[in-house]
Amino acid sequence: MAAPMLRGCCLGRCWALACIDSGSRHGRGAATGFTCSGKRGQSFVAQQPLLTAQKSRKGEHKWAAVVGLEIHAQIASNSKLFSGSQVHFAAPPNSLVSFFDASLPGTLPVLNRRCVEAAVMTGLALNCHINKKSLFDRKHYFYADLPAGYQITQQRLPIAVNGSLAYSVCVGKKWRQVITKTVRIKQIQLEQDSGKSLHDELRSQTLINLNRAGVGLLEVVLEPDMSCGEEAATAVRELQLILQALGTSQANMAEGQLRVDANISVHHPGEPLGVRTEVKNLNSARFLARAIDYEIQRQINELENGCEILNETRSFDYKLGCTVPMRDKEGKQDYRFMPEPNLPPLLLYDTASLPAGADPQQVINIDRIREQLPELPSETREKLIQQYGILPEHSFALLNEVGLLEFFQNVIKETRAEPKKVTSWVLNIFLGFLKQRNLAVNESPVTPSVLAELLNLLDRKVISSAAAKQVFEELWRSKGKTPSQIVSERKLELMQDEEALERVCHTVMEGHPQVVMDMKRGNPRAINKLIGLVRKVTHNRADPTVIKEILEKQLSS
Amino acid sequence: MLGRTLQEVSAALKQGQITPVELCQKCLSLIKKTKFLNAYITISEEVALKQAEESEKRYKKGHSLGALDGIPVAVKDNFSTSGIETTCASNMLKGYVPPYNATVVQRLLDQGAVLMGKTNLDEFAMGSGSTDGVFGPVKNPWSYSKQYREKRKQKPHGENEDSNWLITGGSSGGSAAAVSAFTCFAALGSDTGGSTRNPAAHCGIVGFKPSYGLVSRHGLIPLVNSMDVPGILTRCVDDAATVLGVLAGHDPKDSTTIQDPGKPFMLSSLTDVSKLCIGIPKEYLVPELSSEVRSFWSKAANLFESEGAKVIEVSLPHTSYSIVCYHVLCTSEVASNMARFDGLEYGHRCDIDVSTEAMYAATRREGFNDVVRGRILTGNFFLLKENYANYFIKAQKVRRLIANDFVNVFNSGVDVLLTPTTLSEAVPYLEFIKEDNRTRSAQDDIFTQAVNMAGLPAVSVPVALSNQGLPVGLQFIGRAFCDQQLLTVAKWFEKQVQFPVIQLQELMDDCSSVFEIEKLASVSLKQ
Repeated sequence: MAAPMLRGCCLGRCWALACIDSGSRHGRGAATGFTCSGKRGQSFVAQQPLLTAQKSRKGEHKWAAVVGLEIHAQIASNSKLFSGSQVHFAAPPNSLVSFFDASLPGTLPVLNRRCVEAAVMTGLALNCHINKKSLFDRKHYFYADLPAGYQITQQRLPIAVNGSLAYSVCVGKKWRQVITKTVRIKQIQLEQDSGKSLHDELRSQTLINLNRAGVGLLEVVLEPDMSCGEEAATAVRELQLILQALGTSQANMAEGQLRVDANISVHHPGEPLGVRTEVKNLNSARFLARAIDYEIQRQINELENGCEILNETRSFDYKLGCTVPMRDKEGKQDYRFMPEPNLPPLLLYDTASLPAGADPQQVINIDRIREQLPELPSETREKLIQQYGILPEHSFALLNEVGLLEFFQNVIKETRAEPKKVTSWVLNIFLGFLKQRNLAVNESPVTPSVLAELLNLLDRKVISSAAAKQVFEELWRSKGKTPSQIVSERKLELMQDEEALERVCHTVMEGHPQVVMDMKRGNPRAINKLIGLVRKVTHNRADPTVIKEILEKQLSS
Repeated sequence: MLGRTLQEVSAALKQGQITPVELCQKCLSLIKKTKFLNAYITISEEVALKQAEESEKRYKKGHSLGALDGIPVAVKDNFSTSGIETTCASNMLKGYVPPYNATVVQRLLDQGAVLMGKTNLDEFAMGSGSTDGVFGPVKNPWSYSKQYREKRKQKPHGENEDSNWLITGGSSGGSAAAVSAFTCFAALGSDTGGSTRNPAAHCGIVGFKPSYGLVSRHGLIPLVNSMDVPGILTRCVDDAATVLGVLAGHDPKDSTTIQDPGKPFMLSSLTDVSKLCIGIPKEYLVPELSSEVRSFWSKAANLFESEGAKVIEVSLPHTSYSIVCYHVLCTSEVASNMARFDGLEYGHRCDIDVSTEAMYAATRREGFNDVVRGRILTGNFFLLKENYANYFIKAQKVRRLIANDFVNVFNSGVDVLLTPTTLSEAVPYLEFIKEDNRTRSAQDDIFTQAVNMAGLPAVSVPVALSNQGLPVGLQFIGRAFCDQQLLTVAKWFEKQVQFPVIQLQELMDDCSSVFEIEKLASVSLKQ
């Protein structure tokens, strides 16, 4: 289950799959009584989508949904936020636990420089104001996988604030129209991850794994500027791509490196916001969108039925496809925040404020990190459009799969084929094959240079495009063969012998006098019929344009 | 030999007058003889002898590591010691053996010091008497001194009054008693509100609290992180400086330490105090101050003045808010720091396994005494969302005012402040326990605690014996990170007052009488 979630999923629904299999878009939301701007292309797109409950189809009540997100991204770092323990996803339980991580009394936190740099870089990429002074706080609650009884976080003064995240949704006919939306980022804070609890109901015991305890997290708080699951999922996908481009988080949702909590409420436009619920631990973009849409509809139904929405924490049951109240989160928690006394304020500098003679190991220069910012996904997409003249939605699709862009660029480097041709092959045929077989780009048996060679054959008119597809299928089956080998083994070359082709054309015309007559009477479709017949006789090895030329020549002679 | 100062015995080791193993054995035997003092929770005999043997090898090769090589030391039982049980005098940590050494312990060991054992305290250092630990109260060696007993005989009380032994003060009472009774030459205490200086004053020794940030807290099981400082207890100021030289400096494991690496330093002998300005804070003259201590205080001021120092009255106007402010900040941090003791990773765990929550509750009820539980409850109250601004934030602001009081005084040209350390000399245990822990802590920390709020260095130096034959200490407070200047002044003062050595000869020679005393004491306790 994990793998398809990761690759296909998410926003695959919005972009990648749009090119391959638009049928898969219809699986969701049919029963819900509201529409979302990012989703339905058929009609008008409202800035603030209005949600219509079943009853109100006649237009009595309109509902608007408001969605905010809290996203936890594990920082890509060799060691934890406050200790020297290593960070690995699949290490044996409790093998990556320092004395500090196990909260042995007397141990103290020591801030990991790498995590601070990752936070600053992420903040800059998300247009945040970087606070030159930020503070750490303790958030208290008793839980078995929280050894110290508190989490160190940044509640009062986080490292970055007031940013924004732009994401795009495709709308309009064939989803060709791209609308860019912006969600404000309230803050980014550094904090510790907790350990993991494994509840053994049978033996009624809980097993604790502290490998994750103390791993550095970036908590990114998105303001409630979204209005449906699709928007939220698309925003999360864009954030994921940004984090991956920055290298500040691997942001792999299946491995829990990116976890999302959603705050959801509904209200009538023009009226105050409704009571919100929090849906916790959404660990795949597909479930994120489904959970949010379910929760919106549930709240609408509750209110329509005269019930009240409780300010509660819910979880998403992906098997049942619905949200349910979380039993252990009943009642209001008071986290009893307190300043973390063992960590002095975190001070950052820029080139102007850098103290003279400061040890570079002891200070972090925001300007230096800004210089190191890599190209962001939005810039990459813009470049693709400019450089290759491809469609915006194709630029999204290319970035959506891990490794696909690199594959595309490597093909382009080695082929003379038009970028549009390459795009179409990579996004439709190549990606389609991967999806069918549930493979990642780097698992493909067809390398970029093999595809480039195939496209060159096509470009030089050595083979027809139908033959090229045949070769491609063959490449998938018989590893190690080159396209040229397959072409010659299967005799798929286009007929280069023009005299022979002329003879075939002549024979076909003689065999179908009625069609020739139609053509002479000026029926434009008749020539296509003749072309088809010639191709059939030549087993698709003749170039249709050449056939057409010969037929026209013979007709007029 | 055991009565000597650290510097003296270090010289004797160097000259071969005694070997580290002999010295260690003498201390071990005295520790056993004075077991009734209850100064030690754990005696690390095997480790100590092994360390002494290694030290001896170094001396034989002529490669001694320095002033601390082969010197017996003791460490308060709230510093983590690798392989040696560390209990904080609490059921919660009975049987807990840390896998690492506190930085200060490691630094002592790296210099060749010989660890005799872990000393007694109030549970989790919460107290001012060293009476509230799970291993029982510490007895003040001065209870058995010739000086005190002679004075008592003059009075018309009966012989039974021997059962009326004195408290050491606290919470580092075990460390103070250990140094005072000659069982080691230096001991580590911790000082959050006076826990090193208070028992030092009651036990007639030097108790030094360094500037916050000068000495690493890594491995010190915290009471209040923002005020805790490892303290040093020795027989003279020079010895405290020697130990400080080893302990001070940046520790990468404690982000609140200063960046400078530590370096050993020698105290110069001050000959001229005429350039000194000594401040006498008028707010420290409280009605509860015993007339005797008060007179020693003014005599000390006169001494400085007569030697040419400028002595002026100064004001620390927010002093009176210190106790209540400390109460809020201390309990809040305690509530937070104690949250980790849940019985899961280490320490005591109850037998109840109905649910995780039930297990937490029973574990913590069984593991902590009333004092600790009381502070946890209080602290959590202050940290509640609806109370935070009214209590915690306000207390932080008051703390800033208190710290600024000191800054203002020092900016006005004062070099060192001179104050009493305690209200009076040590009181008998039976007297002490008439009040509860909270009341006692509030009373006893009155002169010492503001210093912790401000992070300043302070040292208690024994001045003289009271009418009862008990030691009285006075406190010097210095500018932040001017620890060396502070100790230099303290050393000059120490030389002038010539505090008498405790006379425990009777006790050390004839233990039988002591054991009788102990029996009587325990009988009276059971009443």
